[in-house]
Amino acid sequence: MSDSIIRIDGLSKTFAGGFQALRQVDLSIQRGEIFALLGPNGAGKTTLISAVCGLVSPSQGTVWVDGFDNVKAYRPARERIGLVPQELTNEAFETVWNTVSFSRGLFGKPPNPTHIERVLKSLTLWEKRNNRLITLSGGMKRRVLIAKALSHEPRILFLDEPTAGVDVALRREMWDVVRELRDHGVTIILTTHYIEEAEEMADRIGVINHGEIVLVEEKHALIEKLGRKQLTVQLFEPLQTLPPGLATFALTQNDAGDELIYSYESATQKAGDGGISALLGALNKAGVGVKDLHTRQSSLEDIFVDLVKERA
Amino acid sequence: MNVYPVRAIYMAEMMRTRRTLLQSVVSPVISTSLYFVVFGAAIGSRIDEIGGVSYGAFIVPGLIMLMLLTQSVSNASFGIFFPKFSGSIYELLSAPISFLEIVIGYVGAAATKSVVLGLIILATARLFVPMEVAHPAWMLLFLLLTAVTFSMLGFIIGIWADGFDQLQLVPLLVITPLTFLGGSFYSIDMLPPFWQGVTLFNPVVYLVSGFRWSFYGISDVSMGASLAMVLLFLFVCLAVIAWIFRTGYRLKP
Ligand SMILES: Nc1ncnc2c1ncn2[C@@H]1O[C@H](COP(=O)(O)OP(=O)(O)OP(=O)(O)O)[C@@H](O)[C@H]1O
Ligand SMILES: [Mg+2]
Repeated sequence: MSDSIIRIDGLSKTFAGGFQALRQVDLSIQRGEIFALLGPNGAGKTTLISAVCGLVSPSQGTVWVDGFDNVKAYRPARERIGLVPQELTNEAFETVWNTVSFSRGLFGKPPNPTHIERVLKSLTLWEKRNNRLITLSGGMKRRVLIAKALSHEPRILFLDEPTAGVDVALRREMWDVVRELRDHGVTIILTTHYIEEAEEMADRIGVINHGEIVLVEEKHALIEKLGRKQLTVQLFEPLQTLPPGLATFALTQNDAGDELIYSYESATQKAGDGGISALLGALNKAGVGVKDLHTRQSSLEDIFVDLVKERA
Repeated sequence: MNVYPVRAIYMAEMMRTRRTLLQSVVSPVISTSLYFVVFGAAIGSRIDEIGGVSYGAFIVPGLIMLMLLTQSVSNASFGIFFPKFSGSIYELLSAPISFLEIVIGYVGAAATKSVVLGLIILATARLFVPMEVAHPAWMLLFLLLTAVTFSMLGFIIGIWADGFDQLQLVPLLVITPLTFLGGSFYSIDMLPPFWQGVTLFNPVVYLVSGFRWSFYGISDVSMGASLAMVLLFLFVCLAVIAWIFRTGYRLKP
């Protein structure tokens, strides 16, 4: 936790209507990582990002951006941040080039056409640079928002559902852009409802629900720790009753009786009942003929659904 | 203070003006010219001189003020209301800029436009009504101060407004009556004594009077009072804007 580029301390937000959207959020983002923030609709993802970027006044708590208080030292704090909002918002009659150049100026940077050109090219917007924004498709408009956020060379990039409404091929291209930014040392915080996106991209994953951070974990550790594995054993002959030798294993049978499903924790495989090899030995000993085997590891999606359901 | 954000906002706003040139320049010029034709040339010739100035010439400063106020308010209010309405204001709020830089950009652009318009209308007026400007420097100063002040008022209205109707309502319901009752078309000593007293609470009286003095050397109230009122109003608006950005009123939930 030594090199965190963003530190959020006890952040709470109660909206004017009395609704509490954030409850005592503590969170650190590491320098240079890709952090995925997951959570169901209305969990508070956008509110959290907005509070860090200065769009929402927090009711309580502090946010430090690279060591700067984002309220008291808002200039150095905000200079470091680029924000791609969830909603598509654009000055409809501006051209792509002008709107992206405008953003750079707004963030206090002198004009730099070379940089703007590079950004537009990396987002495959170069051909459209002289188009007015109303003439672009939804996916292109979203990429314009990304270009605007990158126009001032931020050290931290917030992407609030960057790939919503973006086609599959482009989504992959955008992932590449994000990875490239990370390789250049940009810290990236993204929210998404596509779990495979988090699984593919993130170094660490945070889950927020009802305004509370319920989990922050390194991605592989998370999958390892929470990921259940399932072994399905297909039998030659259906079993009416389980042979006594198998009673110690956590087994379920399918309706036809010709499949045994064995659940085990991947991380604790060797403990407990002895794991797969013990099961196979026991099956062999009981004289049960095994036709086929396959294993399945639960994905981040299963983990996420479990987690959110559990704490709801 | 950083010049790049100010320049970015100012230029973007001026571009918007260029895109909507017809509506933002041509139409106020035409509508003010109609006033000159009707009140100045047609009716004005049957009205007595006021303070030694022909009626047609007398109303020119008032009409320019009328246009200056409504245009400043509507330009500046629309300039900030639109990003708020479309959501693109997120960028302004997340940018590393102070409220002063935002105000200079937006209000500066709106005021520039108003001053240019004011000068165009002044030139147009001379086509209809023969007249001279006695104190050009004071005239320009008044033009500038008024444009800046009312652009700030417009900026505040743009932030405050929740919808297009409110955006139109304030200029219609507040600015136009204040200007019409502010001595654009008459000298306030033509009013009954009671109304003369009431009128002194109308800030526009001071603007019109001071502005008219710069043309003809005649005024309803003293020049010092006029200048003091404009400056007072300017600082009140600035203080309100500073408060808006400090508290996030109608900008940040
Ligand atoms: N300006 C506001 N005033 C009142 N309540 C708000 C406001 N903005 C958001 N909320 C509420 O705060 C909660 C969190 O909203 P938020 O936009 O942060 O959710 P989210 O996690 O981004 O959801 P999604 O995945 O749908 O984008 C919601 O219940 C929402 O209704
Ligand atoms: Mg959201």
